[in-house]
Amino acid sequence: MDSTGPLSTDGLVSMLTHEGVPVEHETFSRYVQNLDAEELRQMWRAMTVVRAWDLEATSLQRQGELGLWVQSLGQEGAQIGSGRALRDNDFVFPSYREHGVAHLQGVDLVEVLRIFRGLQHGAWTPAEHNFHLYTLVIGAHSLHATGYAMAKAREQKANPEQEPGAVVAYFGDGATSQGDVNESLIFASVYNAPIVFFCQNNQYAISESVTRQTKVPLADRGRGVGMPTIRVDGNDVIACRAVTEWALDHARSGKGPVFIEALTYRMGAHTTSDDPTRYRDKEEEQYWADRDPIARLDTYLSARGELSDEFREDVAQEAKALGERARSTVKSWKRPPLLDMFKDVYALPHAAVDAERVWFERFQESFDTEEAGR
Amino acid sequence: MPTYEQFNLPDAGEGLTEADIVNWHIAEGDAIEVNQAIVEIETAKSLVELPSPFTGVVTRLIAQVGDTVEVGAPILEVDVDPDGEAPAAPAPEDATQSADASTTDATSTTHGETVQVSDNAQAAADPVPATAGSSRSDQSNDDDEGSGAVLVGYGVKAGSAKRRPRRADALDPIGGEQDASDYPVLAKPPVRKLAKELGLDLTTVTPSGPGGLVTREDVELHLKATSAQTLSTYPSDDQPWLAQGTTMNDGRTTRVPVKSVRKRTAEAMVHSAFTAPHVTEFLTVDVTETMNLVKRLKEDRDFKDVRVTPLLLVAKALLLAVRRHPEVNASWDEETQEIVFKHYVNLGIAASTPRGLVVPNIKDAHRLPLHALAIELQHLTAEARSGSTKPSAMSDGTITITNVGALGIDTGTPILNPGEAAILAFGSIRQQPWVHEGEIQIRWVTQLALSFDHRLVDGELGARVLADVGRVMNDPSQGLVWA
Repeated sequence: MDSTGPLSTDGLVSMLTHEGVPVEHETFSRYVQNLDAEELRQMWRAMTVVRAWDLEATSLQRQGELGLWVQSLGQEGAQIGSGRALRDNDFVFPSYREHGVAHLQGVDLVEVLRIFRGLQHGAWTPAEHNFHLYTLVIGAHSLHATGYAMAKAREQKANPEQEPGAVVAYFGDGATSQGDVNESLIFASVYNAPIVFFCQNNQYAISESVTRQTKVPLADRGRGVGMPTIRVDGNDVIACRAVTEWALDHARSGKGPVFIEALTYRMGAHTTSDDPTRYRDKEEEQYWADRDPIARLDTYLSARGELSDEFREDVAQEAKALGERARSTVKSWKRPPLLDMFKDVYALPHAAVDAERVWFERFQESFDTEEAGR
Repeated sequence: MPTYEQFNLPDAGEGLTEADIVNWHIAEGDAIEVNQAIVEIETAKSLVELPSPFTGVVTRLIAQVGDTVEVGAPILEVDVDPDGEAPAAPAPEDATQSADASTTDATSTTHGETVQVSDNAQAAADPVPATAGSSRSDQSNDDDEGSGAVLVGYGVKAGSAKRRPRRADALDPIGGEQDASDYPVLAKPPVRKLAKELGLDLTTVTPSGPGGLVTREDVELHLKATSAQTLSTYPSDDQPWLAQGTTMNDGRTTRVPVKSVRKRTAEAMVHSAFTAPHVTEFLTVDVTETMNLVKRLKEDRDFKDVRVTPLLLVAKALLLAVRRHPEVNASWDEETQEIVFKHYVNLGIAASTPRGLVVPNIKDAHRLPLHALAIELQHLTAEARSGSTKPSAMSDGTITITNVGALGIDTGTPILNPGEAAILAFGSIRQQPWVHEGEIQIRWVTQLALSFDHRLVDGELGARVLADVGRVMNDPSQGLVWA
């Protein structure tokens, strides 16, 4: 691994090595000093359940039940670590791979599959979960997140009594090459917006290696616009938790945005339409399989006798039940009425959308039978 | 009472219309479980394994290895209730599905029906979906709307273009039906291209699309109606022998779409032949000693687990020659104007496979002792034969052997595998009269041909490499001297 490029380990915050050995960090260790075994077990549980569910969803796609699936496999550490740092007043803008964060925010993972079965554009109410809808356009939501954070700061100013909150925007390494993300960084920085840019560098923009996207670590993007940046081992769930705790504190307290780069690895394909054997080799996959985020926390907890067989069995049952529920629920879904697509486009009535809906209704009526109009 | 379910081929990528069955992991009579890997398929995008959606007993493999199957067509039948006693009442899921699957005929029990991301959008955006599917699609196969549509830009199968009945007095959503006779023939560019390829005059086709638009379906129907039913070349030659082809109206030619491996081969060969100036040199060698060595190794206990062939020793001889002349193991980098010398040998072996010609290579072959080389060669051949060669095995080759002798050919002038500077053709080995130690004797003789990229390999270097290969083949003990 070269010492200066985007995959270097230079400045990488690490608190649990891939062998499961804890490491002290002079700045960030204190943000996780209160994590007891129970909390770590809960993080292990969330990672394990999300992974099992992710594999089930992959199978469902391969069986023709989903049009597409986007695996989070391998990124559970970055997602669960950062997600557990969120508080009630924080708000998340995910891309489309943040199933782990969705799970922590109370979104029913089974409902997420509606999007990937082509039934809905968004399958939950963002306000109920402080979790925006998935955005499939790469990086587009970073602008929405930044605007939301800027508004949040104003709201905070108007209601000083209110518990402060921050925004987290999740995106990948590929998104950093988009104009949207760069514009977001600039706006967030100069407006001192309470936002944490959480970049999961999973090393591939579909098939394009991050080494072809940047010559320097991605965290330097934040430094370039003058915000504090942290590089963290994205497969180290404890370190991810610690740096996100710090970053959210920083943002909530009015000190402005933070850029976190979590160096992780997409262990699966980009999506079920992708074949990673075309652009990366087994050795590389094995290297990262040895750095699996779940395995290292497992090792750490097991070595301390903190993962009982009973608990493991309990988690396995939870994962299995979720998988089975996904399987039966997905197959039972009916197509929603076509007119549903005009709902929830804008919060308030909108003339253009109304006109399109009226036209579409008339178009549907022009068919002989209801079925013909489908 | 058994309850049968069928697994319909899903769209494993976005907007794929078909896939090839590469390998079944199960057989009829096997008990299988949900999510067990059952079949390997090759799509235009990748080689993927499909997991079973059912637990039960396999009653029928509907699609066979090598078949090209349309998305949505059944590939497998499973008895999901082999020990069941209850009468075969439809499962609750089935009930909801058939209530939902709008145009599904009552006969279909499509448990594995796919619902595409684009389904609704497609239906909404395009009142008469354009058809751009395969010409082989079965017109009667339009009973499964759920799996027909694909993303914009990929086209849909022909069968899905079933027209939906409209009320006679209905408003036209776009702005009034046009009288087709007032206008030149209307057709979308892909349909025009198809007609051109088929040599078909579009004005002779009866249009059925809105505003007199000629659809792909129209072209195909027209073609079917006017096509010759048999091939006319030879008497009794009435079976189409070119799979996937379309026989022209006059029965004198068959057009087969260039796809997959054939297409890649064509691109690679054109690229290689017209960028690298090829020179080929030939050498006829007495390989009797090599044949003796092959015989000895076959009896050698250490080699009893592998197949020892003359190809193995040619590979070794080439590796020895490369070691003595490493400059031949190189490539031309046009972009940077550099010659890239490789300090490793990924030895390619051109292989004829069920999927066409592929050139997988043995990674770091220069490091392998003879036995290990034999194992790798055997492994590579087996993978190529079964059609499971991975894309990574075909990349980054540095030098190649093509074993034309396997087909009984003396030699040829091989075209370089792109990105390599040399390729060795290994001809058939025959007993021939040969002057040996001053007398005419019957000896094992073969011809070797080496093509090389003259931009970076001069005739002299090529000659030395070929001579070295020949020398080792002539006297394998020379290998001891050079090893």
